[in-house]
Amino acid sequence: MNPGPGSERHLVEPAPAFVPELAPGPGATFGARLVRTLLAPFRLAYLLTLTAAALAALAGGPVLVWRRLAGGVPDPLGDHLHLFLGLLCALIPCLVWGAAWASGGGGRAAGAVLTLPGVLAFAAATFYPGGAPGGSHGVVLLAPLLVLLGLLATRWAASEHRRCVERWFGRPILDPYRPLPDAGPGNRIVRSWAAVVDWLTDVALLRDLAWTLGCGATVAAGLVLLAFAPGLLNHLGPNGEFAKPWVPYGLALMLSPALVLWGAPLVLDLHARAARTVIGPSRERQLAARVQHLSETRAETIDHSAAELRRIERDLHDGAQARLVALGMALNAAEQLFDADPAAARALVTEAKGASAKALGELRALVCGIHPPVLADRGLVDAVQALALDLPLHVQVSGDLEDRPPRAVESAAYFAVSELLANTVKHARARNGWIEIGHTDGMLRIVVGDDGRGDADPARGSGLRGIERRLAAFDGVLAVSSPVGGPTIASLEIPCASPSPKTSSSSATA
Amino acid sequence: MRVAIAEDLFLLRDGLTRLLQAHGMEVTAAVENGEELLAALRADRPDVAVVDVRLPPGFTDEGLRAALTARQELPGLPVLVLSQYVEQLYARELLADGSGGVGYLLKDRVLDGSQFVDAVRRVAAGGTAMDPEVIGRLLTHNAAAGPVASLTPREREVLALMAEGRSNAAIAQQLVITERAVAKHTASIFVRLDLQPSDDDNRRVLAVLAYLNG
Repeated sequence: MNPGPGSERHLVEPAPAFVPELAPGPGATFGARLVRTLLAPFRLAYLLTLTAAALAALAGGPVLVWRRLAGGVPDPLGDHLHLFLGLLCALIPCLVWGAAWASGGGGRAAGAVLTLPGVLAFAAATFYPGGAPGGSHGVVLLAPLLVLLGLLATRWAASEHRRCVERWFGRPILDPYRPLPDAGPGNRIVRSWAAVVDWLTDVALLRDLAWTLGCGATVAAGLVLLAFAPGLLNHLGPNGEFAKPWVPYGLALMLSPALVLWGAPLVLDLHARAARTVIGPSRERQLAARVQHLSETRAETIDHSAAELRRIERDLHDGAQARLVALGMALNAAEQLFDADPAAARALVTEAKGASAKALGELRALVCGIHPPVLADRGLVDAVQALALDLPLHVQVSGDLEDRPPRAVESAAYFAVSELLANTVKHARARNGWIEIGHTDGMLRIVVGDDGRGDADPARGSGLRGIERRLAAFDGVLAVSSPVGGPTIASLEIPCASPSPKTSSSSATA
Repeated sequence: MRVAIAEDLFLLRDGLTRLLQAHGMEVTAAVENGEELLAALRADRPDVAVVDVRLPPGFTDEGLRAALTARQELPGLPVLVLSQYVEQLYARELLADGSGGVGYLLKDRVLDGSQFVDAVRRVAAGGTAMDPEVIGRLLTHNAAAGPVASLTPREREVLALMAEGRSNAAIAQQLVITERAVAKHTASIFVRLDLQPSDDDNRRVLAVLAYLNG
């Protein structure tokens, strides 16, 4: 792997395999920009509720304790017994649920429930007059569980933040947590608790906490600013009070839709940057993930090349080698027959000629399968063009590569395109196809599309899985969009930071 | 007839020279790379150049590029390109100027001496000699839809041989039919493909190739 900005970026996160929702793409239409602008405030509102829920869940336990201390009514289980029982009933299943979620099970919705008891407790303790639910005994029982649940809820909120950033801006933020210990034998619940304990001792927990508190503080500061700024501005006027208080607030209210539309994308962008720094994986964790990815792809690459060598050996053995043996035998027999039976000898020589032509043909096919000559001669674009010309459908090839990518990348891209086109011919019933090849930001990008019937699924097709696996060895990705009824569009990206200088120029022949 | 040869493998260069000499041709130059070929062509223009695609120093498509350069410098110079493999892409580039006098054959075809010499003569006379494999792939590319799909099997055979650059007489001999029958088939093919009929063999072939390369 060549060191360079491309590979450095790749250490942090893989390339997106889908179109991000909010990232400003080049050449976006006016409609797309409008939709993005209108979406942003709603996205922001979601982040606000996430922060509020996580904060409330965190505060549930401490608020109960504080309520107990401030209330000072020594009444065992007396204070709001119904609330106490309600909280207890909510807590137990939520804790089991949370443990299962933290150990890798459950989806997004499961996490939302984690915040529930904390929010309930927070609300109960804040808005009910008098002592805490369940009195002293109740608090001793409830508070630690609520704190634990609050921490789990914090983790859930942080995960949601990471997921949102990936969805909105394309580049994912990888999981910052220590990898779970290998699932050994034992009860699922026991393992879940082990995972929770493991997580409680993880540094990433502190980052999640800091993130939630930081978000809360930012929101609070923002609210305070919004609440007091117009009044404050009013007081800074020349005569102490510039206008009646409702004037600046009314103005602010009228301007707020425009402000929100303008400000929301900026805030979301800032949020994404902050999230990347605070709740992203540490350098150590990134390297660990990288090492794991490399060992996996290396194993696959070794398997693949071993299989290729076996195939070549078999092809040579059954093909050209066998033909050459036949050729030698035919010539040998002809040599002995020349005097006795010239006609038979001539027939044998003709046969030998045929065998040599067949051996040549097989060798040619084999060479094309190992490394196509046009690829060696002209590079990727022309090789793909040559490939397209041999297909029984019309394929438009466009694109240009300033410099030739490294040979290995070029070859991998070629065979990926070849496999994709073979799929098109086999399954798509397409009449037209198109291929675009380009090199931007240290990435070789190729799009292969057809107007066939669609419905290609990488999860089902072993061909597409094979392409993905082979591209993975180069940190490349394949994304396939293939709705039923078509069109099918497959795009692949392979990082290639430092292309080798072009060795042959096709300008003389173009 | 005077021939220049560019081929980097000594055995093949020598074999080609002998083969052509045995058929009464004069080999004006037998060189091993594109530069030398161009120099030889400029110094002493032969009737036809036989060039290997892959030549030193890069062993990529130097031979093809030398052939194309030679045709630009010496317009109308007939060139027969030989290769270990055939690509439609290269065939297109050779045919692009539309002037004929072009051949593109697999090296295997040298095995059949008389057929090969026939191809060299055809190219030297301004005709074309396309490898059956190129034509086969061209037909596959066109076979899925369109007029080519509507041809009868016999007409397709005739079309393939015509695209290779064979004359009516040669097609008749190959398919063991009369020349009149071949003429009937070609007329029908031209109607189906909506091409202007032409009495001139070479122009006829170029029209067919241009159509198939569409």
